[in-house]
Amino acid sequence: MPEPANPTGPAPAMTPTPPTRAAGGVGTPPLGTGGVGSSPARPDAEAKVNGAFDYASDLSFPGMLWGHTLRSPHPRARIRSIDTTAAQAIPGVEAVLTAADVPGKLHYGLIEDDQPVLSLGEVNYQGEPVAIVAAGSLDVARRAAELIEVDYELLEPRCDPEDALEAGSFFRYQPVRLGDPDAQVPAAVVAREYVVGMQDQAPLGPESGAAVPTADGGVELYVATQWVHSDLEQIAPCLGLEPDRIHIAIAGIGGAFGAREDLSVQVHMAMLALATGRPVKMMYDRAESFVGHVHRHPARMRYEHAADADGKLLYVKARIVLDGGAYASTTEAVVGNAASLAVGPYEVEHVSVDAWGARTNNPPCGAMRGFGGVQTCFAYESQMDALAEALGLSPVEFRRRNAVAQGSKLITGQIVDAYDPERADDGRPFSPLADMLGRFKEIPVPAVPAGRDIVDLPGGTGNTTHGEGVRRGVGYGVGLKNVCYSEGFDDYSTASVRVERVDGQTVAFVHTAAAEVGQGHWSLQAQIARTELGVDRVELLPNDTKAGSAGSSSASRQSYMTGGAVKAACEAVRELLRDRDLADGPVEATRVFRHRETKPMDPVTGQGESHVQLALCVHRATVDVDIELGLVKVVDLTCVQDVGKIMNPAALEGQIHGGTAQGLGLAVMEEMITEQGRVRNASFTDYLIPTILDMPPMRLRIVENADPEAPYGLRGAGEPPTLSSTPAIVAAIRDATGLALTQIPVRPEHLTAHLGRQP
Amino acid sequence: MTAPAAAPPFHRPGDLGEALRLLAAHPEAVPVAGGTDLMVAVNYRLTRPAAMLDLTRIGELRAWSDAGDAIRIGSGVPYTRIVAELATVLPGLAAAARTVGSPQIRNRGTLGGNLATASPAGDGHPPLLATGADIEIASTRGTRTVPVAAFFTGPKRSVLQPGELITSVIVPKAAGPQQFLKVGTRNAMVIAVCSLAVALDLETRRLGTGIGSAGPTPLTAPEADLIELPWTRPGLFNDALAEEFGRRVAAAARPIDDVRGTAAYRRHALAVCAARALRRVWTAAHGTESTR
Repeated sequence: MPEPANPTGPAPAMTPTPPTRAAGGVGTPPLGTGGVGSSPARPDAEAKVNGAFDYASDLSFPGMLWGHTLRSPHPRARIRSIDTTAAQAIPGVEAVLTAADVPGKLHYGLIEDDQPVLSLGEVNYQGEPVAIVAAGSLDVARRAAELIEVDYELLEPRCDPEDALEAGSFFRYQPVRLGDPDAQVPAAVVAREYVVGMQDQAPLGPESGAAVPTADGGVELYVATQWVHSDLEQIAPCLGLEPDRIHIAIAGIGGAFGAREDLSVQVHMAMLALATGRPVKMMYDRAESFVGHVHRHPARMRYEHAADADGKLLYVKARIVLDGGAYASTTEAVVGNAASLAVGPYEVEHVSVDAWGARTNNPPCGAMRGFGGVQTCFAYESQMDALAEALGLSPVEFRRRNAVAQGSKLITGQIVDAYDPERADDGRPFSPLADMLGRFKEIPVPAVPAGRDIVDLPGGTGNTTHGEGVRRGVGYGVGLKNVCYSEGFDDYSTASVRVERVDGQTVAFVHTAAAEVGQGHWSLQAQIARTELGVDRVELLPNDTKAGSAGSSSASRQSYMTGGAVKAACEAVRELLRDRDLADGPVEATRVFRHRETKPMDPVTGQGESHVQLALCVHRATVDVDIELGLVKVVDLTCVQDVGKIMNPAALEGQIHGGTAQGLGLAVMEEMITEQGRVRNASFTDYLIPTILDMPPMRLRIVENADPEAPYGLRGAGEPPTLSSTPAIVAAIRDATGLALTQIPVRPEHLTAHLGRQP
Repeated sequence: MTAPAAAPPFHRPGDLGEALRLLAAHPEAVPVAGGTDLMVAVNYRLTRPAAMLDLTRIGELRAWSDAGDAIRIGSGVPYTRIVAELATVLPGLAAAARTVGSPQIRNRGTLGGNLATASPAGDGHPPLLATGADIEIASTRGTRTVPVAAFFTGPKRSVLQPGELITSVIVPKAAGPQQFLKVGTRNAMVIAVCSLAVALDLETRRLGTGIGSAGPTPLTAPEADLIELPWTRPGLFNDALAEEFGRRVAAAARPIDDVRGTAAYRRHALAVCAARALRRVWTAAHGTESTR
């Protein structure tokens, strides 16, 4: 193996994954502490704070080349020819590759293999990779890419998802049918259309990795990814290599949020490394990152909600159109979530849902925190508010009357279970949601303080208001998110635990392939090992393909799944230690953990127990709106979330804060703007994400309704806050302005257009 | 990161004279101080300077001085210092400086760079227009002074000629209340959707206005500046007057639709901001009772 190029660097590049070393090991909390339920210092904390953490973008190898991707500037075109002569003539250029050079399979994909490794004569979105270059420096590689002559025949892009549906161009159609909505006689009906813009995960770490050719003709990959084994399954056929010739280790990840589920640099840098026989690094810049990963599906949704005179939901009809963009990615699963969670955590017996994932020439969309639950949550929560108003009920009371309870059925027929069956409200089945809604009474809405600084007001340092035009509003949002993979997917995780004596100390070594994406999963593994084995010192081994698959750090599943696998492996080791002595040598066990089986959704009725676990989160937002300028300041976000079991208080709070902030971003600022398939704002100058002045301090109430099926009773916690914060904030803006607001992000002009004061 | 094959020359003059000689000899060299605009453009490969001229070692560009009726601000003074040191004497400019980027950007970014980039959205420009500041430009041929209103010639274009360097900005001291308002879709660290500066001169009884991000260049609003204010009976100031001022400011704008906002919203927001700004400066000058 080559030595790292920069020996003075903080950690050797060949072992990019164990920041456990960089941070001095994880086995350092005081004796007898640091187990489940505590918040030991994260193994990566110190390095991340002082700048020493090795992100994938910091990888460096001796003799390393830089790879760069030439991408299509057009959303749809036929490629007549590609001439690489001029690019190859530049000194320092070592390889220029096109589709003709792909060694194996020409396509890959997470669910469906439809994404070309490099364009095969046709491009279907702006940013589709066309050719790749390796050169001695990134600058030279970029210049060479500019000299590749691609002769495009421009074609009319299809950018309207409705046009796509009409033409039969879609990835999935999933209906849900229950009862007979058309036969009902409602007391109140609300019908509205909702629009959700295209949100980006905006991870601060750009796509990055390095590929190093090995002596046996294989390749080692170091890459920031959410699931190495899924990467391996997709990469190997494209490279025409047996999987055992490829080793993948996770390099330091600078945020993921779903953006690292699909492949980005992986096959390209491996192709360049194999072609040149040298290590090749790729690292997107911010503009390329915005087109180099999938986004959250934009949505157009028509909802009709009806209630009877008692304030009970009578029926819900919904037509949900998600734009999947040019390639499949995970659209199929996202549509499943949108359909099955289309009504949220409310009881209703008559339902008609039609959910589509359209195929267009817009940027491909796929996984992002909330995964199909976010779009519909904005719509159904907005509908719940509108219907409550039509009935003369408070938003909280109307939700309480319709909240699912123990034994309730979701619209798919899935029984709401795993809530504490011992508890009941006045003899009725226990409703965790009703309980959570009730807890806001204990936390009053903040009062308007006297003498505020401009940073506390809408517009912030822009000094736009000193109180002029400011109105306060309060709103609620409830989100229901499935945890783990759904619809019959064989979802599992693998963990190996070895206990041995090292320097007179008992040390537990934990080996998994689970991705630490910032959520705190490394800490959690160590905590579980300490609790289960009674050891103080835990060492985490690199997360790589030498371990069995851990599944993806997605779907709020890693605490449940890899946490469950580590727990099972620890229990096995404990069992072995009953008749073994560590003095005789290490004791090791590997365990595979699976959650209970799920069922596919019926293609006609949508019925089926498609989800593993359901997690609830409720937000109450308080906003100040400058109603003349349309500027919003969120002044308070109070959150009640059911997590089953608090595994690590600090990490949990971080997840809730982060998920909430991402939902705030979607509510008031985050949108990838496209125009006929072209992205208009691929930069942090114009794709705005919340700053500390946009995100208020939060008040949290954590509820622990244990799920008896899950390890420690835990419930996935990372995604639910992303669902509920958005509708809560928009509801609060509606409360302040009196406007209907059916489109997110809410832009200033949406709040002022009615004023008609434009001269 | 591996260095580019041929790094462009990076000139590091120690004083202004040397800088001007280098610039005369290498007119292709792009001056750089904070680099907060230039290096972003380089990273995005929007520009590839053939050479660069580092201004950070030139002490005289990094100082400000009291010039009697005005403050002479070296073109290399970062925004952080304008906020910290000039807020009393140049409140409008300091308020604008406070809205530039993040603290890190304000530590590096300079007024001279803002002018040289000549973005219609530059935060520093509206208060300079409202106060009638002058730009001092030097070259080996000599020094010339350009009123800020004549400085901008188009989007990201100015009167600066090859070989010329902005050395200082001469800003009249505030002779009355000043306001700067910047509309953005985020509560900090945002490019202006539109911005507005107003300066009330109590001695000359004149009003000055500067508009940002609502036209091909930063704009003045001469018709708005001429609005008749009740100087002799300040209590007669009313909402109708403030709104008329807002209408005139909006009429002076020449906004477009872009990803940051619509032209219609920009005009509307400028009208609101202008009315608020005028109320605030009048109130500050004449007391609170007269404003409603």
